[in-house]
Amino acid sequence: MKPLHIIVCVKPVPDFRSPVEFDQKTKTVKRGNVATVINPLDKNALEAALQLKESFGGKVTALSMAPPFAESVLREVLAFGADEAFLLSDPAFAGSDTLATAYVLAQGVKKIRDFDLVITGAASTDGNTAQVGPQVAEHLGLPHASFVTQVKRHSEHSLELTLKTEEGTILAEIDLPALITVSREINEPRTLGLFGIAAAAAKPLHILGSSDLEVDPERVGEKGSPTRIADIREVSFARKSELHEGTPEAISLLVKKFREWGVI
Amino acid sequence: MDNQGLKASSDIWVFAEQKNKRLAGVVYELLAPGRRLSDKLGGSLASVLIGYDVSDLAEELLACGVDVVYKVDAPPLAHYNSWLYPRILEKLVKENPPNSLLIGATYAGMSLAPALAARLGVGCSAHCVNLDVDDHGNLLQYVPGFGGSLMAIIISPYSRPQIATIKQGVFTKTESKPGIKKGMIREVAFEFTGPIPVKVLEIKQEKHAGMPLEKAKVVVAGGAGVGSKEGWAKIEELAALMGGAVGATRPAVDEGWAKESQMIGQSGKTVRPELYIGVGISGDIQHTVGIQDAQKIVAINNNPKAPIFKMADYGIVGDYKEIVPLLIEAIAQEKN
Repeated sequence: MKPLHIIVCVKPVPDFRSPVEFDQKTKTVKRGNVATVINPLDKNALEAALQLKESFGGKVTALSMAPPFAESVLREVLAFGADEAFLLSDPAFAGSDTLATAYVLAQGVKKIRDFDLVITGAASTDGNTAQVGPQVAEHLGLPHASFVTQVKRHSEHSLELTLKTEEGTILAEIDLPALITVSREINEPRTLGLFGIAAAAAKPLHILGSSDLEVDPERVGEKGSPTRIADIREVSFARKSELHEGTPEAISLLVKKFREWGVI
Repeated sequence: MDNQGLKASSDIWVFAEQKNKRLAGVVYELLAPGRRLSDKLGGSLASVLIGYDVSDLAEELLACGVDVVYKVDAPPLAHYNSWLYPRILEKLVKENPPNSLLIGATYAGMSLAPALAARLGVGCSAHCVNLDVDDHGNLLQYVPGFGGSLMAIIISPYSRPQIATIKQGVFTKTESKPGIKKGMIREVAFEFTGPIPVKVLEIKQEKHAGMPLEKAKVVVAGGAGVGSKEGWAKIEELAALMGGAVGATRPAVDEGWAKESQMIGQSGKTVRPELYIGVGISGDIQHTVGIQDAQKIVAINNNPKAPIFKMADYGIVGDYKEIVPLLIEAIAQEKN
């Protein structure tokens, strides 16, 4: 079977272990002092791409739209085994919602060219919309499948996929070129090796801006984003909020309450 | 962004997802908010039903009070297809643009909604937990997020129709009453030609082992603060002792302590148990949005400032590694 050129879309996200700060003025998440990591599901996407490359040969190209500081994240992706990386970075892209982000990524995919498959994580830990994958596919006119838990080569020009549903799974066939988004169950991402880290330094990492891509300025950033955050509200709760120190008394009182509430 | 959308009516559409000749549960949940919004806008409530041999389901939607059912019925449409469904909806929407289209945040919905939004070049929000409309006909889409206890209200002021996916389990189901039927069915021909690059080969049902999270009387959930697989075993022990189910936050699932099917919150399940116990959970809204309807909430956390204490009925400040074993012992004694 012919080798595959796979593009993996990767999103740098704030590490969930660090507290998330919100800027009330700009109504955006403050990213300044938060550690940036590879979105966990994008690691599964990368692993799926690397495994397909190991089976059929070919190439894995990483693609990301992020501020310049995300270069380190892409360097890490190269250390995991990707062959080349593209970081799409331009102040004009700031404030992009899912539609505009997907448009920029699609223009990046067009720039990379000659691909067979695009893989991305089903959702990111920060935005968590699960929208960018299907939208990149639509911008490129590709078929897509979301929440993939298993991928096999079905024929020279198609894949056999297992997709998650509420009741179980669906077995589907998708023609290449295509875009798939993957779920955690698809694989166990490999760990970073010293050899990979050493090799990554020599691999090509390109940083491209608006002028390097064919982007319509009306379709990127805030201008190209149909959604707006109209308001942010604090959610209040009407509960008792009885607070106790972790003493044996507090625990027996709790067990008494369990009786009262009829749960034991 | 200039107004690139379509000239919209005041109607609200609900996507009527169907599987195996049944409507998805979330469809029944979207009808009441759909009706509330269409009444406020002065429009009607319509539903789009795509499938094969689904006349009964169209009748069912009418019996739930829907004004118009757009029905597209053809063999290739039996199951959700990520190539065909967005194209069919795009055509329907362009012929008669509604103010808003509500789609359940199921796996199919999470594929359909963004694909359709991209085809139309309009805005789309994800996992809404509440909906309203303002005086300009903007759909107010309530999305929990950004940490802490903040709720964002998303609007798409310049594009129509507005598309939102709505979290399952948030709204109350409308029950069908065959007597109330007053709406009508509009058959729409399926006219797609050309290759279909995505094919469903087989549908596999899975039996889930253990107590389903949504039906459990008691839910014991763990978060990042549990810290280890060994610690997680204590959560499971407490749940088993109380005859309950084990839930998890996203970080706990990311750590591999719990399965994705155990995840509670914005992108996971909504639970309404008689008792919820959160262990090592700080109380990020992405999680708490899935537990706020629990009858009683108990939180155990070593940080007295953890936001979860604000929404708990009873909180214990301390190291769960000491507290949970003591609690297990005390419950076991009480039971004897």
